[in-house]
Amino acid sequence: MRAIVAIIRRELAAYFGSPLAYVFIVIFLALAGSMTFFLGGWLERGRADLQGFFNWHPWLYLFLVPAVGMRLWAEERRTGTLEFLMTLPITTAQAVIGKFIAGWLFIGSALLLTFPMWLTVNYLGDPDNGVILASYLGSWLVAGAMLAISAAVSALTKNQVIAFVLAAAACFGFLMSGIEMVQAIFSSWAPEVLARTIADLSLLTTFNQIAEGVIDLRYLILFGSLIVTSLFINVAVVELKKGA
Amino acid sequence: MDTLLAIEALSKRFGAIAAVDGVSFKVGRGEVLGFLGPNGAGKSTTMRMIAGYLAPTAGTVQVCGFDVAQDPIAVRQRLGYLPEGAPAYGDMTPAGIMRFVAEVRGLDAEARKQRIGAMVERLDLAGVLGQPIDTLSKGFKRRVGLALALLHDPEVLILDEPTDGLDPNQKHQVRTLLGELSAGKAIIISTHILEEVEAICSRAIIIARGRIVADAGPSELLVHSAHHHAVTLRLAGASLAGARRLLAGLDGVAGIEERATAADRAELILLPKAGVELLDRVRQTLAANQLQVDEIFIERGRLDEVFRDLTKAA
Ligand SMILES: Nc1ncnc2c1ncn2[C@@H]1O[C@H](COP(=O)(O)OP(=O)(O)OP(=O)(O)O)[C@@H](O)[C@H]1O
Ligand SMILES: [Mg+2]
Repeated sequence: MRAIVAIIRRELAAYFGSPLAYVFIVIFLALAGSMTFFLGGWLERGRADLQGFFNWHPWLYLFLVPAVGMRLWAEERRTGTLEFLMTLPITTAQAVIGKFIAGWLFIGSALLLTFPMWLTVNYLGDPDNGVILASYLGSWLVAGAMLAISAAVSALTKNQVIAFVLAAAACFGFLMSGIEMVQAIFSSWAPEVLARTIADLSLLTTFNQIAEGVIDLRYLILFGSLIVTSLFINVAVVELKKGA
Repeated sequence: MDTLLAIEALSKRFGAIAAVDGVSFKVGRGEVLGFLGPNGAGKSTTMRMIAGYLAPTAGTVQVCGFDVAQDPIAVRQRLGYLPEGAPAYGDMTPAGIMRFVAEVRGLDAEARKQRIGAMVERLDLAGVLGQPIDTLSKGFKRRVGLALALLHDPEVLILDEPTDGLDPNQKHQVRTLLGELSAGKAIIISTHILEEVEAICSRAIIIARGRIVADAGPSELLVHSAHHHAVTLRLAGASLAGARRLLAGLDGVAGIEERATAADRAELILLPKAGVELLDRVRQTLAANQLQVDEIFIERGRLDEVFRDLTKAA
């Protein structure tokens, strides 16, 4: 635990000590805001809710989260600090968890900074704040799942660009697996159960459900298992590739 | 002797390359082991296996009685490791990274302050504490790496080229530091600086192509040097021709090397046949022939010569 906390602190200091944090936060806020207003037609809809805002989150995460995740391990391997880190008295799992939690908290802090949107809708109207809270949670869970996937991919390579592209592709796959087009491909040959499972795995459909205020235990289990599985793979990959 | 590090039949293969091939040795408390070998001999690979970063293909490593494969955390708690090139997070400052390591290692606030203070003082880091490591000079980076390895005052120290890139003052300071620490610890340093071995190591292991080719005290290694107990004379040109002629024929001389040191002065080095002490014979010959010498002394031998002989491609 002590080791995990130390790693989280170090990683958070690294985020906020580097331009990455500010670029990430500014871009996230700017894009989230402008998409909501211009593409989401928030003002025209004339409804006091944040649907038009949250709808864009998975798509923003699709390239912002791999950008956070790509450095987690690829950079450590490229600069040789992995050898320094992994010869401290910590387990690989502790390092993986610490780095993941720090990244997730970092993205969460960017998410929290969108609170003016929430203030605005409450000023303008009378939104369902329960739904908004659920949407924030769902958004953060999507980011967490994508971050865990990106981190595992990042452990595969020393090259951050490769890590970014592969992670974005993997996240896209998980995001889209419930979309009809993807489902159609599977249902043409896969058994019904498998097709359904794949549909259930979709981050997008799950997120949309949560964003409508439906918080089902199954959704939390989906995110939880996706994150845990990715972190498991992450540990295995780090162990495997450590000396190579 | 209290064995702190025991390595048994350690091997590491990278595909077809046998980087380390059946290395065994023990290091006891109080020993400073110099780990020598040409580039690519397998020094860093061996050290990485001791630190538990690389898994051996075969063989075992025990640190303070703990097996690296079974009990990696117990080993790392007792080990201070400076990886090759002293990698450290470039965006952190020396103060920040020392604090991080102290936290990970579980030093309490008191111990942390005291140990970091000691490292800052011993490695002269006070001037750079707040500067990002990326912007430090090579020598300072190395010193930060050393501070991180020594921070928890470990019983076993594995240092991969600790003095590489240090200025002569700092080299001296680090050697003094390691000398002082050595009493309670087992220390392994890899180095390409052979004088360092003579200066601080109680023992040297030379490896070539993954195998140990010599394991002895520095003075025992010097016995194998052609210059071991060679007699060196410095003399003026007038005596030179006579000395050269007389001494070349002297019984027990295996060879003569000559080197001009100035326009009319030279140095003659008489290499002895194995086990022969030349000095008295040389003195007698010189006296009998009334040859003047400015200087005469016995060499201890040259480690670089031994190193070359032992590591030459077979
Ligand atoms: N990850 C790796 N993959 C493949 N080969 C490797 C790897 N690491 C080391 N080697 C090979 O193992 C051999 C030993 O390398 P090592 O780094 O241990 O040498 P060294 O004695 O430390 O050399 P130097 O004095 O240059 O530091 C070399 O032939 C090297 O190319
Ligand atoms: Mg090396």
